[in-house]
Amino acid sequence: MTGTWLIRGARPLGGEPTSIVVRDGLIDRIGAATKPAGAQVIGADGLIALPGLVDLHTHLREPGREDAETVETGTQAAALGGFTAVHAMANTDPVADTAGVVEQIWRLGRQAGHCDVHPVGAVTVGLGGTRLAELGAMADSAARVRVFSDDGRCVSDAVLMRRALEYVKAFGGVIAQHAQEPRLTDGAQLNEGEMSARLGLTGWPAVAEEAIIARDCLLAAHVGSALHVCHVSTAGSVEIIRWAKGKGWRVTAEVTPHHLLLTDSLAASYDPVYKVNPPLRTAADVAALREGLADGTIDCVATDHAPHPVEDKETEWDTAAFGMTGLETALRVVQEAMVDTGLLDWAGVADRMSRRPAVIGRLPGAGGELAAGQPASLTLYDPTARDTVNPATHASRSRNSPFTGMDLPGRVVATFLRGTPTVLDGKIA
Amino acid sequence: MPAVNPAPGHPELASGPTPAPAQTPAPVGDPPPAGDPPSAGSPAPTGRKVVLEPEEIRRALTRIAHEILERTEGGAGVVLLGIPTRGVPLARRLAERIEQVEGRPMPHGSLDITMYRDDLRLRPARALGPTEVPAGGIDGAIVVLVDDVLYSGRTVRAALDALNDLGRPRAVQLAVLIDRGHRELPVRPDYVGKNLPTSKQEVVRVMLAEVDGEDAVLLGRADSGGPE
Amino acid sequence: MNRHLISAGDLTRDDALLILDTADELAQISDRPIKKLPTLRGRTVVNLFFEDSTRTRISFEAAAKRLSADVINFSAKGSSVAKGESLKDTALTLEAMGADAVIVRHSASGAPQRLSGWVRGTVVNAGDGSHEHPTQALLDSFTIRRHFGRSASSRSASSRAAGAGPGDGALDGLRVTIVGDVLHSRVARSNVLLLHTLGAEVTLVAPPTLLPVAVGSWPCSVSYDFDAALPKSDVVMMLRVQQERMNAAYFPSVREYSRRYGLDAARMAQLPDQAIVMHPGPMNRGVEIAAEVADSARSTIVEQVANGVSVRMAVLYLLLGGAEGDS
Repeated sequence: MTGTWLIRGARPLGGEPTSIVVRDGLIDRIGAATKPAGAQVIGADGLIALPGLVDLHTHLREPGREDAETVETGTQAAALGGFTAVHAMANTDPVADTAGVVEQIWRLGRQAGHCDVHPVGAVTVGLGGTRLAELGAMADSAARVRVFSDDGRCVSDAVLMRRALEYVKAFGGVIAQHAQEPRLTDGAQLNEGEMSARLGLTGWPAVAEEAIIARDCLLAAHVGSALHVCHVSTAGSVEIIRWAKGKGWRVTAEVTPHHLLLTDSLAASYDPVYKVNPPLRTAADVAALREGLADGTIDCVATDHAPHPVEDKETEWDTAAFGMTGLETALRVVQEAMVDTGLLDWAGVADRMSRRPAVIGRLPGAGGELAAGQPASLTLYDPTARDTVNPATHASRSRNSPFTGMDLPGRVVATFLRGTPTVLDGKIA
Repeated sequence: MPAVNPAPGHPELASGPTPAPAQTPAPVGDPPPAGDPPSAGSPAPTGRKVVLEPEEIRRALTRIAHEILERTEGGAGVVLLGIPTRGVPLARRLAERIEQVEGRPMPHGSLDITMYRDDLRLRPARALGPTEVPAGGIDGAIVVLVDDVLYSGRTVRAALDALNDLGRPRAVQLAVLIDRGHRELPVRPDYVGKNLPTSKQEVVRVMLAEVDGEDAVLLGRADSGGPE
Repeated sequence: MNRHLISAGDLTRDDALLILDTADELAQISDRPIKKLPTLRGRTVVNLFFEDSTRTRISFEAAAKRLSADVINFSAKGSSVAKGESLKDTALTLEAMGADAVIVRHSASGAPQRLSGWVRGTVVNAGDGSHEHPTQALLDSFTIRRHFGRSASSRSASSRAAGAGPGDGALDGLRVTIVGDVLHSRVARSNVLLLHTLGAEVTLVAPPTLLPVAVGSWPCSVSYDFDAALPKSDVVMMLRVQQERMNAAYFPSVREYSRRYGLDAARMAQLPDQAIVMHPGPMNRGVEIAAEVADSARSTIVEQVANGVSVRMAVLYLLLGGAEGDS
């Protein structure tokens, strides 16, 4: 059913070229191999082999905003980006705050078949921030939700956040916080700094993110629970997380590819393709985030893929939607920002984009190593390719990529999900 | 003219007489070397000939001043308006001469015609010159427009339109230092310092002490600047 | 000069002086019986006002009409925009009408910038959100220049022809103090940029809550003490303070704001003899400026309005009056 594959000449985690044999959904062998009978061969000379990437933070928009993306198109985009598992955030319409909705999304993912879809459950009913959602029911559902987040909104009520952190201990869940103090960011449009002052846009101060993270780390420590911080964007946030980890507290964190590469100076054109929440910040923040990802303070890269239809982005800045697509460009941006700058090697990329997100997402058997006996979920990537990013060629329904027109390295050549190819020769299989 | 290397991809410059070594300015009366096309960045040679010395300019202006007095019965009700840039000091000099002869002030000023030009859309928007109309205005006056060179006549047409929006003169006359011919509109001067037949390839350059530091009228081949 | 006028920061010193000198000449038109020049005959200028502003719109309309342009007024209220038509679709409609210039006022910072990507004509920013209002800054500098004898009519033609340097009509050495809600003020932003370009020394005075966090990187000084700044000001420019800011805790009460940052007669008496008082309007009499100050001989508030037409005529002429494309 899944067939037998011989991948020749690939470099697992950037190491020496070797062969990888895939059989019955598992990695059969890594090392010199002759072609098994009936095997299809992939010539992978020079390609890096990585375990299938796991995205902790994606917006698939279905149900409710199918004009922007569907589970089908979003998971295609994921596969083309080298992902074999994505966590779909809960801010859909209806909100994913019940077992029924998360199961629906989970089933859509299975039907599409391009990658595993793990729905994220909302922390509060309707993302309203006042009442806990039925976290237990979502955990027990077929979707087996373990990550809960009101992403899009912050769980700003300190008592509610405490309760949520405590409650998920019962089933080993984790609360993923979108850190944004709402009153400090009322009407905010862009990082508060020189650019926002010059452009006359309401500022989004770094302290609004850092204050919530500090509070939540202390809360998680106090009640003995696990906290995951979504899309860290400031140097101050990195320091706080480093401090919390130093205390032995169970805090994990993610950073988006765009926060590793882009700064708020891009907003000078007022093009809302650069409008995102949390906003693009300064070069000093970018440097601190890269350092944090390199030294492991930030555990993983998560795309926060946020597709929007043209009419929501082709407006004046104030009224435009927040968000950028990212699934299909993630690995390329990470290569540009981290690997080609010498901050992270390919083994490190595998750790930050596959192993650790799988651990944080509590995904049994995913994000493994590339080793015999492990599920054959992997991606083959050509780091020597180079071209200009053109969203018109993307599988995502939406075109709001901030990397449009940028020259970036890399190309995903093939992706396998438990032994079945989802992408071959850079195209959906 | 300095020797120039042909730019890559450009055809070889047409061969002609060996270029003279670089020097400022070519001797008066020598025509520029034939056949040298202008090269990027260095202006073509300007072999300029002086056609009016300072003395001759002085005498011409004195004569024009007297002619104005004769034809306007002593200059009553006359207003001199110079067209910027060089028409303005000319108008002032004429006014001074008339004041010397008649012993009473001669109203004079300037009339900028930039906004009335018919060729505005051909070049980027230009800076405006000053418009200063004497206190009595121009209604019922004999306005004498003063300019340095009369050529196509389009400047004068623009000046007539400008006057129209300022008031209603009794009459409008035209005084020019040089008439170089080649009219494109039915305009004729009333007072002329010197008639100077020219070809369209030539350039007439009037220099006045108030603007250029010295008085002279020069005639030369087309250079990087057009006539004022 | 650029094809568009969106930010005062786009103007070089020479650009700004050219506009002011041109405005000086064009100001004479208002004294003539025929207040018209044929220069923009046949051109179409659209006033695209998404925010109510009768004063600015009329000023631009008068300027365009005096240059013989055709003016089309488009106000957002009751139009298709009120029914949800996007900025982009509005732009495409204007294109189809053949607008040579679009003068746009919008409540969103950056709207003129976005518009310039969708229309072929010239875009003039008549005020966008909290970002900029470049023609206001130009008419303010024009007013200051006239008062301090720096304008063209008080300088000789030859020094003008000589170009840059002291005596070229700039504002070198003049001390301008801008007071009020700088954080939300597009007039403040444009003025800081333009006054600096023209060589003036700018000081911003406001409570700390009404100054942007990054104001230290701006080309000006900052002070919280209005009284200390008064004797060192040649120009005091008062900005309008909205009472709604009180509800968002920018200052505790109108009374306290007025007491600490309002320009009343007592403060006006502390100004040097030749100093002038300016206000872009509309004023909150009794809040940031006392009635007797607004009506005093030092106040240029009324002539600022008249100067607005001349300055806007100069801008329209220089942007539209010649060949298309960059100078």
